[in-house]
Amino acid sequence: MTAIEAPRTPVRPAPKRGINWEKWGWIYMRASGVVLIVLIFTHLFVNLMVGDGVKAIDFGFVGGKWAHPFWQWWDVAMLWLALIHGANGMRTLVNDYTNPGLVQKALKGALFIATAALIVLGTLVVFTFDPCPAGSPADLLPSFCSAV
Amino acid sequence: MTIATLEQPPAEAAAIESFTVTFLIRRFDPDVDTEPRWQDFDVEMYATDRVLDALHKIKWEQDGSLTFRRSCAHGICGSDAMRINGRNRLACKTLIKDLDISKPIYVEAIKGLPLEKDLVVDMEPFFASYREVQPFLIANSQPEPGKERVQSIAKREIFDDTTKCILCAACTSSCPVFWTDGQYFGPAAIVNAHRFIFDSRDDAASVRLDILNDKEGVWRCRTTFNCTDACPRGIEVTKAIAEVKQAIMRGKP
Repeated sequence: MTAIEAPRTPVRPAPKRGINWEKWGWIYMRASGVVLIVLIFTHLFVNLMVGDGVKAIDFGFVGGKWAHPFWQWWDVAMLWLALIHGANGMRTLVNDYTNPGLVQKALKGALFIATAALIVLGTLVVFTFDPCPAGSPADLLPSFCSAV
Repeated sequence: MTIATLEQPPAEAAAIESFTVTFLIRRFDPDVDTEPRWQDFDVEMYATDRVLDALHKIKWEQDGSLTFRRSCAHGICGSDAMRINGRNRLACKTLIKDLDISKPIYVEAIKGLPLEKDLVVDMEPFFASYREVQPFLIANSQPEPGKERVQSIAKREIFDDTTKCILCAACTSSCPVFWTDGQYFGPAAIVNAHRFIFDSRDDAASVRLDILNDKEGVWRCRTTFNCTDACPRGIEVTKAIAEVKQAIMRGKP
Protein backbone atom coordinates (compact mmCIF):
# COMPACT_ATOMS: atom_id res chain seq x y z
CA MET A 1 0.00 0.00 0.00
CA THR A 2 1.45 3.31 -1.02
CA ALA A 3 1.01 6.24 1.30
CA ILE A 4 -1.03 9.08 -0.09
CA GLU A 5 0.73 12.44 0.02
CA ALA A 6 -0.70 14.93 2.46
CA PRO A 7 -2.91 17.31 0.47
CA ARG A 8 -0.89 20.37 1.45
CA THR A 9 2.51 18.96 0.58
CA PRO A 10 4.25 21.63 -1.50
CA VAL A 11 4.81 20.57 -5.09
CA ARG A 12 8.16 22.32 -5.38
CA PRO A 13 10.61 21.89 -2.51
CA ALA A 14 10.60 24.89 -0.22
CA PRO A 15 13.09 27.53 -1.38
CA LYS A 16 16.54 27.07 0.09
CA ARG A 17 17.46 29.38 2.92
CA GLY A 18 19.96 31.97 1.80
CA ILE A 19 20.01 34.89 -0.56
CA ASN A 20 17.22 35.00 -3.12
CA TRP A 21 19.14 36.47 -6.04
CA GLU A 22 16.07 36.80 -8.23
CA LYS A 23 14.45 38.99 -5.58
CA TRP A 24 17.50 41.15 -4.96
CA GLY A 25 18.04 41.44 -8.71
CA TRP A 26 14.52 42.78 -9.04
CA ILE A 27 14.99 45.24 -6.18
CA TYR A 28 18.36 46.32 -7.62
CA MET A 29 16.75 47.11 -10.98
CA ARG A 30 14.19 49.38 -9.32
CA ALA A 31 16.62 51.11 -6.97
CA SER A 32 19.44 51.60 -9.47
CA GLY A 33 16.95 52.83 -12.06
CA VAL A 34 15.78 55.66 -9.82
CA VAL A 35 19.35 56.64 -8.86
CA LEU A 36 20.50 56.48 -12.49
CA ILE A 37 17.82 58.91 -13.60
CA VAL A 38 19.30 61.53 -11.26
CA LEU A 39 22.94 60.67 -12.05
CA ILE A 40 22.54 60.56 -15.83
CA PHE A 41 20.41 63.67 -16.26
CA THR A 42 22.65 65.71 -13.98
CA HIS A 43 25.63 64.39 -15.94
CA LEU A 44 24.03 65.43 -19.22
CA PHE A 45 23.02 68.84 -17.84
CA VAL A 46 26.49 69.62 -16.47
CA ASN A 47 28.30 68.45 -19.58
CA LEU A 48 26.04 69.78 -22.30
CA MET A 49 24.16 72.80 -20.98
CA VAL A 50 26.12 74.54 -18.23
CA GLY A 51 28.66 77.21 -19.27
CA ASP A 52 29.86 76.83 -22.88
CA GLY A 53 27.63 73.80 -23.33
CA VAL A 54 28.54 71.03 -25.72
CA LYS A 55 31.41 73.05 -27.28
CA ALA A 56 33.36 72.90 -24.01
CA ILE A 57 33.83 69.13 -24.17
CA ASP A 58 37.37 68.12 -25.03
CA PHE A 59 40.27 66.24 -23.47
CA GLY A 60 40.93 69.05 -21.05
CA PHE A 61 37.28 69.22 -19.96
CA VAL A 62 37.21 65.53 -19.05
CA GLY A 63 40.64 65.78 -17.41
CA GLY A 64 39.45 68.75 -15.39
CA LYS A 65 36.35 66.95 -14.21
CA TRP A 66 38.30 63.90 -13.10
CA ALA A 67 40.62 66.10 -11.09
CA HIS A 68 37.80 66.44 -8.54
CA PRO A 69 37.01 63.43 -6.31
CA PHE A 70 33.34 64.47 -6.52
CA TRP A 71 33.10 63.85 -10.26
CA GLN A 72 35.32 60.78 -9.98
CA TRP A 73 32.83 59.19 -7.59
CA TRP A 74 29.90 60.46 -9.63
CA ASP A 75 31.18 58.80 -12.80
CA VAL A 76 32.19 55.61 -11.01
CA ALA A 77 28.72 55.37 -9.48
CA MET A 78 27.19 55.80 -12.93
CA LEU A 79 29.54 53.19 -14.37
CA TRP A 80 28.81 50.53 -11.78
CA LEU A 81 25.07 51.10 -11.50
CA ALA A 82 24.47 51.36 -15.25
CA LEU A 83 26.65 48.41 -16.25
CA ILE A 84 25.19 46.06 -13.66
CA HIS A 85 21.68 47.31 -14.48
CA GLY A 86 22.27 46.70 -18.19
CA ALA A 87 23.95 43.34 -17.66
CA ASN A 88 21.09 42.15 -15.46
CA GLY A 89 18.64 43.19 -18.17
CA MET A 90 20.67 41.28 -20.74
CA ARG A 91 20.64 38.27 -18.43
CA THR A 92 16.84 38.41 -18.50
CA LEU A 93 16.96 38.43 -22.30
CA VAL A 94 19.28 35.43 -22.31
CA ASN A 95 16.84 33.63 -20.01
CA ASP A 96 14.04 34.50 -22.41
CA TYR A 97 15.63 33.42 -25.67
CA THR A 98 17.69 30.36 -24.72
CA ASN A 99 16.91 27.08 -23.02
CA PRO A 100 18.85 26.02 -19.96
CA GLY A 101 22.05 24.39 -21.10
CA LEU A 102 25.51 25.06 -22.41
CA VAL A 103 24.59 27.97 -24.72
CA GLN A 104 22.83 29.80 -21.91
CA LYS A 105 25.76 29.27 -19.57
CA ALA A 106 28.21 30.49 -22.22
CA LEU A 107 26.17 33.63 -22.95
CA LYS A 108 25.83 34.47 -19.28
CA GLY A 109 29.54 33.84 -18.77
CA ALA A 110 30.42 36.16 -21.66
CA LEU A 111 28.07 38.77 -20.26
CA PHE A 112 29.73 38.54 -16.85
CA ILE A 113 33.25 38.78 -18.26
CA ALA A 114 32.39 41.79 -20.42
CA THR A 115 30.70 43.58 -17.53
CA ALA A 116 33.47 42.81 -15.04
CA ALA A 117 36.17 43.92 -17.48
CA LEU A 118 34.42 47.20 -18.26
CA ILE A 119 33.80 47.94 -14.58
CA VAL A 120 37.38 47.19 -13.56
CA LEU A 121 38.95 49.10 -16.44
CA GLY A 122 36.56 52.02 -16.09
CA THR A 123 37.13 52.32 -12.36
CA LEU A 124 40.88 52.11 -12.86
CA VAL A 125 40.84 54.85 -15.50
CA VAL A 126 38.67 57.23 -13.49
CA PHE A 127 40.79 57.02 -10.35
CA THR A 128 44.24 56.89 -11.95
CA PHE A 129 43.64 59.33 -14.80
CA ASP A 130 46.45 61.84 -15.19
CA PRO A 131 46.22 64.18 -18.19
CA CYS A 132 49.87 65.20 -17.84
CA PRO A 133 51.89 62.08 -16.95
CA ALA A 134 55.35 63.01 -15.70
CA GLY A 135 58.27 62.28 -17.99
CA SER A 136 56.28 62.15 -21.24
CA PRO A 137 57.57 63.94 -24.34
CA ALA A 138 56.02 67.41 -24.51
CA ASP A 139 54.69 67.04 -28.08
CA LEU A 140 52.37 64.22 -26.94
CA LEU A 141 50.87 66.21 -24.06
CA PRO A 142 47.91 68.59 -24.33
CA SER A 143 48.80 72.27 -24.46
CA PHE A 144 47.59 73.11 -20.93
CA CYS A 145 50.13 70.79 -19.32
CA SER A 146 52.90 73.38 -19.62
CA ALA A 147 50.80 75.75 -17.54
CA VAL A 148 50.39 73.23 -14.70
CA MET B 1 -46.72 17.17 -36.09
CA THR B 2 -44.65 19.78 -37.73
CA ILE B 3 -41.84 22.05 -36.75
CA ALA B 4 -42.46 24.33 -39.66
CA THR B 5 -43.18 27.29 -37.41
CA LEU B 6 -39.67 27.06 -35.98
CA GLU B 7 -38.15 27.26 -39.43
CA GLN B 8 -39.80 30.61 -40.11
CA PRO B 9 -37.42 33.32 -38.99
CA PRO B 10 -39.04 36.33 -37.39
CA ALA B 11 -39.99 38.83 -40.09
CA GLU B 12 -37.87 41.67 -38.70
CA ALA B 13 -34.72 39.52 -38.57
CA ALA B 14 -34.48 39.59 -42.34
CA ALA B 15 -33.86 43.31 -42.28
CA ILE B 16 -30.66 43.03 -40.31
CA GLU B 17 -27.57 43.37 -42.46
CA SER B 18 -25.16 40.45 -42.54
CA PHE B 19 -21.54 40.31 -43.68
CA THR B 20 -19.27 37.68 -45.14
CA VAL B 21 -16.34 37.41 -42.77
CA THR B 22 -13.18 35.50 -43.55
CA PHE B 23 -11.63 33.52 -40.72
CA LEU B 24 -8.09 32.20 -40.87
CA ILE B 25 -7.86 29.39 -38.36
CA ARG B 26 -4.66 27.68 -37.31
CA ARG B 27 -5.43 24.01 -37.70
CA PHE B 28 -3.45 21.12 -36.34
CA ASP B 29 -4.46 17.48 -36.48
CA PRO B 30 -1.84 15.42 -34.64
CA ASP B 31 -2.80 12.31 -36.64
CA VAL B 32 -2.12 13.93 -40.02
CA ASP B 33 -0.10 17.13 -39.64
CA THR B 34 3.47 17.53 -38.53
CA GLU B 35 3.14 21.32 -38.44
CA PRO B 36 0.12 23.54 -37.81
CA ARG B 37 -1.38 25.10 -40.95
CA TRP B 38 -3.67 28.04 -41.60
CA GLN B 39 -7.05 27.34 -43.19
CA ASP B 40 -9.55 29.99 -44.29
CA PHE B 41 -13.33 29.87 -43.93
CA ASP B 42 -15.95 32.35 -45.18
CA VAL B 43 -18.84 32.74 -42.77
CA GLU B 44 -22.02 34.81 -43.02
CA MET B 45 -22.20 36.83 -39.79
CA TYR B 46 -24.21 39.56 -38.12
CA ALA B 47 -22.45 42.42 -36.37
CA THR B 48 -23.78 41.20 -33.03
CA ASP B 49 -22.50 37.67 -33.51
CA ARG B 50 -19.47 36.48 -31.60
CA VAL B 51 -16.35 34.71 -32.80
CA LEU B 52 -17.68 31.63 -31.04
CA ASP B 53 -20.77 31.73 -33.28
CA ALA B 54 -18.48 31.74 -36.30
CA LEU B 55 -16.62 28.70 -34.98
CA HIS B 56 -19.95 26.96 -34.41
CA LYS B 57 -21.08 27.77 -37.96
CA ILE B 58 -17.83 26.42 -39.37
CA LYS B 59 -18.03 23.25 -37.29
CA TRP B 60 -21.72 22.64 -37.95
CA GLU B 61 -21.96 23.69 -41.58
CA GLN B 62 -18.52 23.54 -43.19
CA ASP B 63 -15.95 21.36 -41.43
CA GLY B 64 -17.03 19.11 -38.59
CA SER B 65 -13.44 18.30 -37.70
CA LEU B 66 -12.73 21.78 -36.32
CA THR B 67 -11.90 21.26 -32.66
CA PHE B 68 -12.23 23.82 -29.90
CA ARG B 69 -13.38 24.00 -26.29
CA ARG B 70 -16.45 25.82 -25.12
CA SER B 71 -18.90 25.13 -22.35
CA CYS B 72 -21.17 27.89 -21.13
CA ALA B 73 -20.60 30.22 -24.10
CA HIS B 74 -21.30 33.23 -21.90
CA GLY B 75 -17.90 34.23 -20.58
CA ILE B 76 -18.02 32.45 -17.23
CA CYS B 77 -16.65 28.94 -17.67
CA GLY B 78 -13.36 30.08 -19.15
CA SER B 79 -12.93 27.26 -21.64
CA ASP B 80 -12.76 29.15 -24.94
CA ALA B 81 -9.78 31.43 -24.48
CA MET B 82 -7.98 31.75 -27.80
CA ARG B 83 -5.74 34.10 -29.70
CA ILE B 84 -7.94 36.30 -31.89
CA ASN B 85 -6.07 38.68 -34.20
CA GLY B 86 -2.99 38.19 -32.03
CA ARG B 87 -4.67 38.97 -28.73
CA ASN B 88 -5.88 36.51 -26.12
CA ARG B 89 -9.65 36.79 -25.90
CA LEU B 90 -12.64 34.66 -25.03
CA ALA B 91 -14.31 33.66 -28.30
CA CYS B 92 -17.70 33.99 -26.60
CA LYS B 93 -17.07 37.60 -25.57
CA THR B 94 -15.55 38.90 -28.80
CA LEU B 95 -18.17 40.50 -31.02
CA ILE B 96 -17.79 40.70 -34.79
CA LYS B 97 -18.59 44.43 -34.70
CA ASP B 98 -15.48 45.03 -32.60
CA LEU B 99 -13.21 43.43 -35.19
CA ASP B 100 -12.02 44.79 -38.53
CA ILE B 101 -13.88 42.49 -40.94
CA SER B 102 -12.34 44.09 -44.03
CA LYS B 103 -9.39 41.82 -43.27
CA PRO B 104 -9.40 38.13 -42.34
CA ILE B 105 -9.76 37.39 -38.64
CA TYR B 106 -6.95 35.22 -37.35
CA VAL B 107 -7.91 32.61 -34.75
CA GLU B 108 -5.36 30.32 -33.14
CA ALA B 109 -4.81 28.41 -29.91
CA ILE B 110 -3.32 30.20 -26.92
CA LYS B 111 0.47 30.09 -26.84
CA GLY B 112 2.92 28.64 -24.35
CA LEU B 113 0.93 25.45 -23.64
CA PRO B 114 1.30 22.20 -25.62
CA LEU B 115 -0.96 22.21 -28.67
CA GLU B 116 -3.19 19.16 -28.82
CA LYS B 117 -5.55 19.74 -31.74
CA ASP B 118 -6.71 22.85 -33.63
CA LEU B 119 -7.64 25.31 -30.87
CA VAL B 120 -7.28 22.89 -27.97
CA VAL B 121 -4.18 22.99 -25.78
CA ASP B 122 -3.06 20.87 -22.85
CA MET B 123 -4.00 22.94 -19.81
CA GLU B 124 -2.23 20.68 -17.31
CA PRO B 125 0.94 22.81 -16.84
CA PHE B 126 -1.35 25.79 -16.20
CA PHE B 127 -3.39 23.96 -13.57
CA ALA B 128 -0.23 22.44 -12.04
CA SER B 129 1.13 25.88 -11.17
CA TYR B 130 -2.36 26.89 -9.99
CA ARG B 131 -2.37 23.96 -7.57
CA GLU B 132 1.12 24.84 -6.35
CA VAL B 133 -0.02 28.09 -4.71
CA GLN B 134 -2.56 26.18 -2.56
CA PRO B 135 -5.65 28.00 -3.81
CA PHE B 136 -7.97 27.09 -0.95
CA LEU B 137 -8.81 28.58 2.44
CA ILE B 138 -6.38 27.51 5.15
CA ALA B 139 -7.75 28.72 8.48
CA ASN B 140 -6.38 27.68 11.85
CA SER B 141 -8.87 29.61 13.93
CA GLN B 142 -12.30 28.29 14.87
CA PRO B 143 -15.22 30.59 14.25
CA GLU B 144 -17.64 31.06 17.13
CA PRO B 145 -19.97 28.03 17.30
CA GLY B 146 -22.85 28.54 14.95
CA LYS B 147 -21.30 31.66 13.39
CA GLU B 148 -19.42 32.30 10.19
CA ARG B 149 -16.01 33.97 10.03
CA VAL B 150 -16.80 37.67 10.01
CA GLN B 151 -15.06 39.95 7.52
CA SER B 152 -15.60 43.65 7.12
CA ILE B 153 -16.56 45.13 3.77
CA ALA B 154 -13.25 47.00 3.64
CA LYS B 155 -11.24 43.82 4.20
CA ARG B 156 -13.21 42.00 1.52
CA GLU B 157 -12.58 44.86 -0.89
CA ILE B 158 -8.78 44.32 -0.76
CA PHE B 159 -8.92 41.08 -2.74
CA ASP B 160 -12.24 41.58 -4.53
CA ASP B 161 -10.62 41.99 -7.94
CA THR B 162 -8.79 38.66 -7.85
CA THR B 163 -11.88 36.66 -6.86
CA LYS B 164 -13.20 37.19 -10.39
CA CYS B 165 -10.70 34.82 -12.04
CA ILE B 166 -12.27 32.09 -14.20
CA LEU B 167 -9.00 30.22 -14.93
CA CYS B 168 -9.28 30.62 -18.69
CA ALA B 169 -5.47 30.91 -19.03
CA ALA B 170 -5.76 33.99 -21.27
CA CYS B 171 -3.36 35.91 -19.01
CA THR B 172 -0.79 33.18 -18.43
CA SER B 173 -0.63 32.29 -22.11
CA SER B 174 -0.15 35.96 -23.07
CA CYS B 175 2.86 36.35 -20.77
CA PRO B 176 6.20 36.48 -22.61
CA VAL B 177 8.00 35.18 -19.52
CA PHE B 178 5.71 32.13 -19.44
CA TRP B 179 6.39 31.50 -23.15
CA THR B 180 10.12 31.10 -22.56
CA ASP B 181 10.51 27.89 -20.60
CA GLY B 182 7.15 27.44 -18.88
CA GLN B 183 8.77 27.34 -15.45
CA TYR B 184 7.33 30.69 -14.32
CA PHE B 185 4.20 30.38 -12.18
CA GLY B 186 2.29 32.65 -14.53
CA PRO B 187 -0.14 35.49 -13.80
CA ALA B 188 -3.19 33.29 -13.13
CA ALA B 189 -1.51 31.33 -10.32
CA ILE B 190 -0.31 34.56 -8.72
CA VAL B 191 -3.78 36.11 -9.03
CA ASN B 192 -5.29 33.12 -7.24
CA ALA B 193 -2.59 33.22 -4.57
CA HIS B 194 -3.33 36.94 -4.14
CA ARG B 195 -6.99 36.10 -3.53
CA PHE B 196 -6.04 34.08 -0.43
CA ILE B 197 -2.93 35.97 0.69
CA PHE B 198 -4.99 39.13 1.22
CA ASP B 199 -8.00 37.33 2.70
CA SER B 200 -8.20 38.22 6.41
CA ARG B 201 -9.81 34.83 7.18
CA ASP B 202 -6.86 32.91 5.76
CA ASP B 203 -3.86 32.01 7.94
CA ALA B 204 -1.41 30.63 5.38
CA ALA B 205 -0.36 33.83 3.64
CA SER B 206 3.27 33.32 4.67
CA VAL B 207 3.27 29.83 3.13
CA ARG B 208 2.04 31.19 -0.20
CA LEU B 209 4.40 34.16 -0.10
CA ASP B 210 7.26 31.70 0.46
CA ILE B 211 6.13 29.67 -2.54
CA LEU B 212 5.95 32.77 -4.75
CA ASN B 213 9.32 34.07 -3.48
CA ASP B 214 10.83 31.33 -5.63
CA LYS B 215 13.38 31.79 -8.41
CA GLU B 216 10.49 31.24 -10.83
CA GLY B 217 8.03 33.21 -8.73
CA VAL B 218 6.82 36.79 -8.83
CA TRP B 219 10.28 38.26 -9.44
CA ARG B 220 10.30 37.03 -13.02
CA CYS B 221 7.36 39.33 -13.75
CA ARG B 222 8.59 42.46 -15.46
CA THR B 223 5.31 44.30 -15.85
CA THR B 224 4.65 43.82 -19.54
CA PHE B 225 0.91 44.30 -18.83
CA ASN B 226 -0.01 41.65 -21.44
CA CYS B 227 -1.96 39.82 -18.74
CA THR B 228 -4.00 42.86 -17.73
CA ASP B 229 -4.84 43.45 -21.38
CA ALA B 230 -5.79 39.81 -21.93
CA CYS B 231 -8.00 39.24 -18.88
CA PRO B 232 -11.61 38.81 -20.05
CA ARG B 233 -12.81 39.59 -16.51
CA GLY B 234 -11.00 42.90 -16.34
CA ILE B 235 -8.81 41.88 -13.42
CA GLU B 236 -5.86 44.22 -12.92
CA VAL B 237 -3.46 41.29 -13.01
CA THR B 238 -0.20 43.21 -13.11
CA LYS B 239 -1.32 45.29 -10.13
CA ALA B 240 -2.14 42.13 -8.19
CA ILE B 241 1.32 40.72 -8.94
CA ALA B 242 2.89 44.00 -7.79
CA GLU B 243 0.92 43.78 -4.54
CA VAL B 244 2.25 40.27 -3.97
CA LYS B 245 5.81 41.54 -4.57
CA GLN B 246 5.22 44.28 -1.98
CA ALA B 247 3.83 41.72 0.47
CA ILE B 248 6.89 39.49 0.04
CA MET B 249 9.19 42.46 0.73
CA ARG B 250 7.15 43.38 3.82
CA GLY B 251 7.06 39.73 4.86
CA LYS B 252 3.31 39.87 5.48
CA PRO B 253 0.17 40.79 3.48
